[in-house]
Amino acid sequence: MNATSMQTGTRAAPPLAGKRILIAKPGLDGHDIGAKIIALALRDAGANVIYTGLRRSPAFIARIAIDEDVDAVGLSILSGSHNELVREVVGLLSGAGAAGIPVFVGGTIPADDRSALLAAGIRGVFTSEMPLADVVDAIAKVLA
Amino acid sequence: MKTSASEIPNDEVAIARPDATPSGLSVPVVARPDDVRADHDLIGEPGRFPFTRGIFPDGYRGRLWTMRQYSGFGTAEESNERYRFLLDQGQTGLSVALDLPTQCGLDPVDPMAGPEIGKVGVSLSNLAEMELLFDGIDLGRISTSFTINGTAAMIFAMYIACADKQGVPRERLTGTIQNDILKEYVARGTWIFPVRPSMRLIADSILYSNDVAPRFNPISIAGAHMRDAGCTAVEEMAYTLANGLAYVDAVVERGGDVAKFARRLSFFFYVHMDLFEEVAKFRAGRRIWARLIKDRYGVNDDKAQMFRFGVVCGGSSLTASQPYNNLIRVAIETCAAVMGGAQSIFTCAYDEAFQIPTEFSAELALRTQQIIGYESGIARSVDPLGGSYFTESLTDRTEARVLEIMAEIDAYGGSVKAIEDGWLQMRVAERALERKRETDNRERLVVGQNCFSRDDQAAQPGELFSMNADASRTVRERYDRLRETRNAGDVAASLQRLGEAAENAGQNLMPYLVDCCHAYATIGEMVACLKAQWGEFQEPAYL
Repeated sequence: MNATSMQTGTRAAPPLAGKRILIAKPGLDGHDIGAKIIALALRDAGANVIYTGLRRSPAFIARIAIDEDVDAVGLSILSGSHNELVREVVGLLSGAGAAGIPVFVGGTIPADDRSALLAAGIRGVFTSEMPLADVVDAIAKVLA
Repeated sequence: MKTSASEIPNDEVAIARPDATPSGLSVPVVARPDDVRADHDLIGEPGRFPFTRGIFPDGYRGRLWTMRQYSGFGTAEESNERYRFLLDQGQTGLSVALDLPTQCGLDPVDPMAGPEIGKVGVSLSNLAEMELLFDGIDLGRISTSFTINGTAAMIFAMYIACADKQGVPRERLTGTIQNDILKEYVARGTWIFPVRPSMRLIADSILYSNDVAPRFNPISIAGAHMRDAGCTAVEEMAYTLANGLAYVDAVVERGGDVAKFARRLSFFFYVHMDLFEEVAKFRAGRRIWARLIKDRYGVNDDKAQMFRFGVVCGGSSLTASQPYNNLIRVAIETCAAVMGGAQSIFTCAYDEAFQIPTEFSAELALRTQQIIGYESGIARSVDPLGGSYFTESLTDRTEARVLEIMAEIDAYGGSVKAIEDGWLQMRVAERALERKRETDNRERLVVGQNCFSRDDQAAQPGELFSMNADASRTVRERYDRLRETRNAGDVAASLQRLGEAAENAGQNLMPYLVDCCHAYATIGEMVACLKAQWGEFQEPAYL
């Protein structure tokens, strides 16, 4: 992971130092490069990142989030199934008394769905064209 | 959404990295004769070894490339309607997009399938669905390509069973199944079984196809998805050729004759915006593959040495910002594919960064190819960029770099090991991060996204495709009815024979899968039967 560690080395403390973040791939979508890029970028920003790997059920993701006591969950979905899958994860988290864990979503999310997800309590919706620094800042702001 | 990039003033935007291609190959201000290797044999003649200039002596004069638009969504009936529309518009081949449950070997009633049914493609869990999909379309007259990998053997078996039902002789079938599992582990993610039994299934389908449907392409070795994930053009070619060698070795190990089966191997690539880099990539790929078949396997048959490939334009080069710009991108990429000598082209629609294309955007994507094919004149002369100092020098250097990367993979222990260990996956992920940072830092310019963007630009094109909300219910109801009406005894017996055949490593599983399909066994049942023996792939922890 030399490519990423080279980028650190700034004087200020990394913005996500000490934060535990779960990056998860719910459903059957196999496009994992976005999730991996975000995982590497968050790690570079000081976070301790857990990546689930592909094809995880919402129940699995909610359980790991709680068991690992994470500070945030990032869901990556590019198959168009975000509305169903995101709501399921959020529902399971609050059902387990973990509604306080902020959930972020990344992927191919049309504008209408984006507003609906934000209204449903998702703390940030990111697309592939957003600069990584902006994604990291947005997460850091919520976790500050 | 405003990006930090939009802050550069328009009059300060300059060409990023003028002295190198995106793969890092240097670009001279002016290419001169001494940039080119003096060996004319390397360039040679189209239609002759080493095929640098193309595989046909007359290029596209005999016949233009196949215009094949990837399409499929929702239920079999809806997709059938779109296929008939595309065929009526002059499309010359079908390309079937399957939904994720079908690709992952799960029936529509599986709990993981629910939200994904019919989303990224059509749901096709059994022969009855495929009969509906091709209703009124004569399989003896159309060439069909299936983007299917984890369940490629099952879908191929279903296609053969469907042809049997239509009364079309199997030997008349033409088309392609992608059937390239190695790149699924690296980039696309629809793997099911561990690597080695998957390789067996692929070797079985190649050997079976050669025997019963000799005009069908049983594999399309694909670099496109690794490229889409982030690797460079040169890496795309290197990884794909290395995977190609792994498949050839696997079929040889099962007794296949390279001179015979290599004639039916095909390849599939992305074509991105750097036109000369893409043309050089295709020219170098043809030359390297021909030499590998000749030198590594000692095969002198021209047809076996020919590197036949299809391309997809667009994908990760398309933007959600200012989406109509994508029309221009796709046109340029199509030109690169034609000048690179592609056998089939799929042009992405401008709205593909959002959703399944609308009928309108799908038609424009097809018209783009038709305008280039029938109006632009670039298809008249074979390899029209060949002989240019720049093209030849870039081809030579692409070839050299591809061979270096292939040697690294070889030194690691080959593609299969590199993928089982996650080594190749990590290389692609690191490159993807680098590429993303280049775009963020504007070392790679994307018009409308990180330069020349506007604060008031629309977030998406006006009209988007809207999915039939009932598709999932229709598919599940029909599935339940099928399970009640089919002959349960035939299903159980065919699955049992499949399981027994799988225990015997020397047995070709394809005839057993065709029998299962005829009995209306479902994809989920066939996959579960093989999973019981082989288990599932476990992702290596490399991240």
